[in-house]
Amino acid sequence: MTDLSAPSFVRQDLVAERAAPAKTTGFIGFVRTRLLNSPGNILLTILGLLLAWYIVVPTIKFLLVDAVWAGKDRTACLAEKAGHEVGACWPYIAAKLTQLIYGFYPEAQRWRVNLTYGLGAALLLPLLMPRLPAKGINSGLFFFAFPVVAFFLLHGGGIAGFGVSWTAGVLQLFEQSVGGAGDLLVNLSKSSAIAPLPWALGKVLVLVGFLIHWLIFPLTWLRDQLQLSSLPVWGDFLVTAVIVSAVLFVLGGGMRTGRRALVGSLLTFAGIAVGIKLMGLDRGGFPIVDTRLWGGLLVTLVIAITGIVASMPIGIALALGRRSSIPLIRIFSIAFIEFWRGVPLITVLFFATYMLPLFVPGNFAVDGLLRALIGVAIFTGAYMAEVIRGGLAAVARGQAEAASALGLSWWKTTSLIVLPQALRYVIPGIVNSFISLFKDTSLVSIVALFDLLGSLRASFSDPNWSTPTTAFTGFAFAGMIYFVFCFGMSRYSLFVEHRLNAHRRH
Amino acid sequence: MSTTPIVNISTLNKWYGDFHVLRDINLEVGKGERIVICGPSGSGKSTLIRCINALEEFQEGEIVVDGIELGPNLRRVDEVRREVGMVFQSFNLFPHLTVLDNCTLAPIWVRNIPKKDAEAAAMKFLERVKIPHQANKFPGQMSGGQQQRVAIARALTMNPKVMLFDEPTSALDPEMVKEVLDTMVDLAREGMTMLVVTHEMGFAREVANRVVFMDAGQIIESNTPQEFFANPQHARSKLFLSQILR
Ligand SMILES: Nc1ncnc2c1ncn2[C@@H]1O[C@H](COP(=O)(O)OP(=O)(O)OP(=O)(O)O)[C@@H](O)[C@H]1O
Ligand SMILES: [Mg+2]
Repeated sequence: MTDLSAPSFVRQDLVAERAAPAKTTGFIGFVRTRLLNSPGNILLTILGLLLAWYIVVPTIKFLLVDAVWAGKDRTACLAEKAGHEVGACWPYIAAKLTQLIYGFYPEAQRWRVNLTYGLGAALLLPLLMPRLPAKGINSGLFFFAFPVVAFFLLHGGGIAGFGVSWTAGVLQLFEQSVGGAGDLLVNLSKSSAIAPLPWALGKVLVLVGFLIHWLIFPLTWLRDQLQLSSLPVWGDFLVTAVIVSAVLFVLGGGMRTGRRALVGSLLTFAGIAVGIKLMGLDRGGFPIVDTRLWGGLLVTLVIAITGIVASMPIGIALALGRRSSIPLIRIFSIAFIEFWRGVPLITVLFFATYMLPLFVPGNFAVDGLLRALIGVAIFTGAYMAEVIRGGLAAVARGQAEAASALGLSWWKTTSLIVLPQALRYVIPGIVNSFISLFKDTSLVSIVALFDLLGSLRASFSDPNWSTPTTAFTGFAFAGMIYFVFCFGMSRYSLFVEHRLNAHRRH
Repeated sequence: MSTTPIVNISTLNKWYGDFHVLRDINLEVGKGERIVICGPSGSGKSTLIRCINALEEFQEGEIVVDGIELGPNLRRVDEVRREVGMVFQSFNLFPHLTVLDNCTLAPIWVRNIPKKDAEAAAMKFLERVKIPHQANKFPGQMSGGQQQRVAIARALTMNPKVMLFDEPTSALDPEMVKEVLDTMVDLAREGMTMLVVTHEMGFAREVANRVVFMDAGQIIESNTPQEFFANPQHARSKLFLSQILR
C-alpha cells in the first residue's frame, strides 16, 4: 500500500513462486471447494450420491450378483430352481447369440459374414489411426472396393460380363425406353383430339431411339461377340481394362505425364481380377443367400455403415446445392431436403417397402433390404445436408475469396478450402447424426427386416427360454451393444476434433 | 520505368442495387508503377481494387489486365486472376493448412507444378518475406505481422504481374506494421507493379509513383506523392489530409 501510494515505485526484490494453499488442491480441496462449499451444494451432493446408489446397486445386482450364468433351458433361470431371486439369464443370450449376430443366415455360409466383418475391420481400423500411412489407398479400398466385395461375399452370385456388357446394357435400356415412349405417343395420337402434336413428338422420339441404336451399335456388337466367346467375363474384362487404361493414359497427359495414371489403372484392374478370381465371380460366385435370411447385428451394421457412408456425399451435395447461385439447383435442393426432413423415417420405410413395388413394373423388383438402405441413406443425407450447411456458413467469406483470388476454380475452392474447414466445424453434429442413424436402424424391424432388435424380439417368443427376466436380459444385452458402438463413435469423434483443432487458435 | 499500361480501367461503373458505388473510374497503371489509393471510409477503394481481379462484378466499363479484357460479363476471370495477386486486410490464410501448404496450394492445383518444385519455390518466397523457419507452422500459431507476410508470399508464388493490397496493415498492432511495410518496400524495389489501398502516408511518400484520392465512388485527385501531400488541390483532399495527418 505504502509503496503504491508513493508517486514513483520501483520493485527491488521479485516475489518468489509459492505453492498454492493446501486446502484448495488435491482430493480434500476438491471436496471442500466443489462439493461441500455451500448448503445448496451439500444438498446436491447428498442427492447425487443417493441417486447413484439407487441406480448402480440394483443394476449390478441384476446383471452380476443375481444373474444365472449356466444352464440348458428356461428352468435354470427360474427362482425355484436357482434358489434365489433371479436377475439376468445369461445362458439365454448364449443360446441365441448366433441368431442375434447372423439372423437366419445359413450356418454353413456364416464364414462369409465373419470374413466380411474381418475385412471391414482390417480396412477401417488403419483408416481411423492417423499415424498409419497410405490413407489414399486405404480409403479407396474401404469406400469403393469393400462395398462391392462385401456385396458378393454376403449376398453371393456372380457376374456374366464386365464394363462393356454393363455399359451396353444400360445404353440399350435407355434406347428402348426412348423408343418405347415414342411408340406409345404415336399410338396415343390415334385416339386423341390433338393428334398431330403427340404424333410428331412420338415420331421424333422414335427417330432419336433409332439414332441411339446405331450410335451404340459398335458397343452392342462388341458385347455380343464377347458373350459368344468361351470366356465372356474375362474377355470383357480385358477389353474394358484396355479401353479404360488407354483413356486414362491420354487424359493424364499421354507419354509425358500419363504414365502414373496408366500404372494406377493397370494395378486397379489387376486387383479387380484377383478379386473376381478369388471369389469365383466368373463361375457364378458363392451360393446366393437371400437378404430375407439376413438378420441380427449383420443387418444393423449393413444399414448403419451404408447409411453413414452414403449420407455424407448426399449431404454435401445437397448442402452445396442449397447455397448455389443457380436457382434451379437451389430450389431442387431445398425441396428435397425439406421433403425428407418433413416425413418420419417410419413413413419413408413403409413407403419404400410397401408402396414402391406398386409403382415399378413387376420384373424390376428391388430387393427389400436395398430399398430400406436407399430410404435410410436419403433420409440421413437430408439431415446431414443441414448440418453441413451450418458448417459452410461458418467458414469466413474471405477464405473462398482468397482461394478465388489465387485462381482456384469453384470446385477446387470448395473441395480444398471451404469444405475441409466446414466439416471440421461440424464434426459433433455429423457424429450426432451418425449415432442417431445407428439407433434408428432398429426401425427397419417394422418393415419385416430383422435387425439386432428385431432378432432379439423374435427370440422372446421361444417357449424354451420364456422366463420372467428373459426380456430384461435381452434388452440389457442389446442396449450394451448399441452403447458400445455409439459411445465408440462419440469418443472417436472427440479424438478427431482434438487432433484437428490442436493447431488452431482464433 | 516503362509506361506500357498493364492495368487499364476505363469508365468503370458499379452499383450495389441502386447505390452507385463506383462512378466513371478511369485509371491507367504502367508496368512497374506503384499506386497508393486513399480516401475516406466507404469511398469505394476496396470495391475498386476487387474489381480488378473480378472478386466484384461491375455493370459498365472495361478493365484490361496485361492484354486480357474483363468486361461486365467477366468471361476471362480465370486468366486475369492468374496474373493478379491479392493481399487482404484480414490475411485470409487457410487455417487448416500449414504455411508451406498455403503457399504451394495454388501452384500445384492451378499451374499443375509438381509438389517438390512448388515447395522449393515457396521456400524461396518465404525467405524473401523472412519467415522460412516457420514453414511448418499453422497460421493460427503466428503473429499478425507474420501472417500478413505469409499472405504476401502466398500471392507471390503465382508469379503475378500485378499485386493488389487492400489495407494490408490496418488490422495489425503498430509494432508489426513496420515489418509488413518493409516487405512491401522490398517488393516495390524489385519492380513489382502494385496498387495499394492504405493510409500509411509514410509508405506512400517512400515508394509510390502516384497517389490516387477517392471519395464517394470517384477519383478526386491523382498526383505524385510530393505534390499531393504538399499541395492538395481539391477541397476534399485538403480536408482528408488535414484529418489524417493531424
Ligand atoms: N455487398 C455490398 N452491398 C451493398 N453495399 C456495399 C457492399 N459492399 C460495400 N458496400 C458499400 O459500398 C461502399 C464502398 O465500400 P468499400 O468497401 O469499397 O469502401 P472502402 O473505401 O474500402 O472503405 P474502408 O476504408 O472502410 O474499407 C460503402 O458505402 C459500402 O457501404
Ligand atoms: Mg476497404
